[in-house]
Amino acid sequence: MIKEWLGNFLAEKIESKVKNSVEKFDEKNVWINSEKLYEVCRLLKEDTLFDFDLLNSLTSVDYIDHFEVVYRFTSISYRSSCIIKCKVGYGRNNPKIDSIVDIWRGADYQEREVWDLMGIKFIGHPNLKRIMLWDGFPGHPLRKDFVTYDQSIVNSKGVD
Amino acid sequence: MPLETKPVTVNLGPQHPSTHGVFRMRVTFDGEEIVDVEPVFGYLHRGSEKLAEERTYSQIVTLTDRMDYVSSMLNNQAYTLAVEKLCDIVPSPRGVWLRMIASELQRIASHFVATGFLLQDLGALGTPLIYCMRERENILDLFEMLCGARITNSYLRPGGVFMDAPDVFWPALDRSLGDIEKSIDEIEEYLSGNEIIFSRTKGTAVLSSESLVNASITGPMLRASGVDWDLRHRNPYDFYSEVTFKRILHTASDNYARYWVRVQEMRESLKIISQCIKNIEPGPVRPSFDDVPRLVRPEPGDSYAAIEGSKGELGFYLVSDGGISPYRMHVRAPSLINLTLLREMLVGELFGDLFVIFGSVDLNMGEVDR
Repeated sequence: MIKEWLGNFLAEKIESKVKNSVEKFDEKNVWINSEKLYEVCRLLKEDTLFDFDLLNSLTSVDYIDHFEVVYRFTSISYRSSCIIKCKVGYGRNNPKIDSIVDIWRGADYQEREVWDLMGIKFIGHPNLKRIMLWDGFPGHPLRKDFVTYDQSIVNSKGVD
Repeated sequence: MPLETKPVTVNLGPQHPSTHGVFRMRVTFDGEEIVDVEPVFGYLHRGSEKLAEERTYSQIVTLTDRMDYVSSMLNNQAYTLAVEKLCDIVPSPRGVWLRMIASELQRIASHFVATGFLLQDLGALGTPLIYCMRERENILDLFEMLCGARITNSYLRPGGVFMDAPDVFWPALDRSLGDIEKSIDEIEEYLSGNEIIFSRTKGTAVLSSESLVNASITGPMLRASGVDWDLRHRNPYDFYSEVTFKRILHTASDNYARYWVRVQEMRESLKIISQCIKNIEPGPVRPSFDDVPRLVRPEPGDSYAAIEGSKGELGFYLVSDGGISPYRMHVRAPSLINLTLLREMLVGELFGDLFVIFGSVDLNMGEVDR
């Protein structure tokens, strides 16, 4: 079985290595201060206590008053996993967060996908271009305020 | 006067028949050698994750079929596991055994497609592909008996499966298992020791296991580099802890190793299916509608469930706000993430090996673009 790190235990260990990095934690998740994210990720990768060498998934959620980026790491040698969440700063118009591509190469396409569909910029990503949609697509579709249908077509057909 | 050479940029796809769908790459060649590759995605993007936000939890099962359309059952399984985790549903044992049988059959079908198209890309025009497709056809016939559909099954539901297997299914399954076993022997006899396959696939596109792990690459590609990482064994979901199977590993991490791992995994899947047939007992195939209604309303929260798909770790991340449809659904698509090192695999290789290397990744555009 893959053991999941408990939130309080993980938060304590991270806080002892990187000061003022943990914002809050619950049973399984730990919320990291977005300014310390890169430092914490480097710790999770390199410290022998964690040794998280596999980035399982990187995704984002739009909670309207803030965006949240969700990281899921696995350690192949220890067979353990953990969940790190991070509130994205800089408001709704220009959300930004540090990129972790140079720590885990697997974040490359996943960060591009988050930028394309959710509109969160990753500072330091070498090739942050749209991945699914074409350049010049208006808006980011997975945001909750994105208008899904072309309203002019809907209105011209007399349907609303 | 000396002749001048300069690199040429060629556009491959999105309609090229060897690109397994609508994949497009901009490849720069220097003579016959590849010097740069830039993949371009998105020609099959249908916005499944956004569509899911407007559908109920049981309707989304149909969306997952259309993601990786050569392994629909595995997508169904990953999704239903995520919903079960989110809503605390206890599935019916018979339903779980049935979906293990269905998903292992689907894994065999998917590996057959991967093997067949890899050989097609190698230049073995027609014959091996038709042999592989013939066996896949048998499996699709079994699916037709199970649920009436062949490709877009939507057979699994949160809590089990939607209907029990008919009586004709079990003898047909027994017969097919023997046929598939023979056909794998046949493929191995023709291909696994074939001189041409050796010379074309051995030693091409070698990647170190560290770089594969660092690039989040999972599945047969990772196991072909010697990393023992199979979620069926490492983190058993459903009843995988009650069946025994061998983990297939190879250390060469080249195209031949990837091909070999897939072929051997098919044999292990057959073993798992015969153990499932032994263990399955009569009973309901899903909880009653009083326990699991058609319209589930999970508590606010999130869940992530991952299975060992045919291409790698296939995960579903669901966020609920207490409503009838998910607030957010994210798919951890192995096909997309396994392409991370495509550039490293291709640069320095020859043009003739391009599609072989590409075929050895085993990707499905429906899942890459979603």
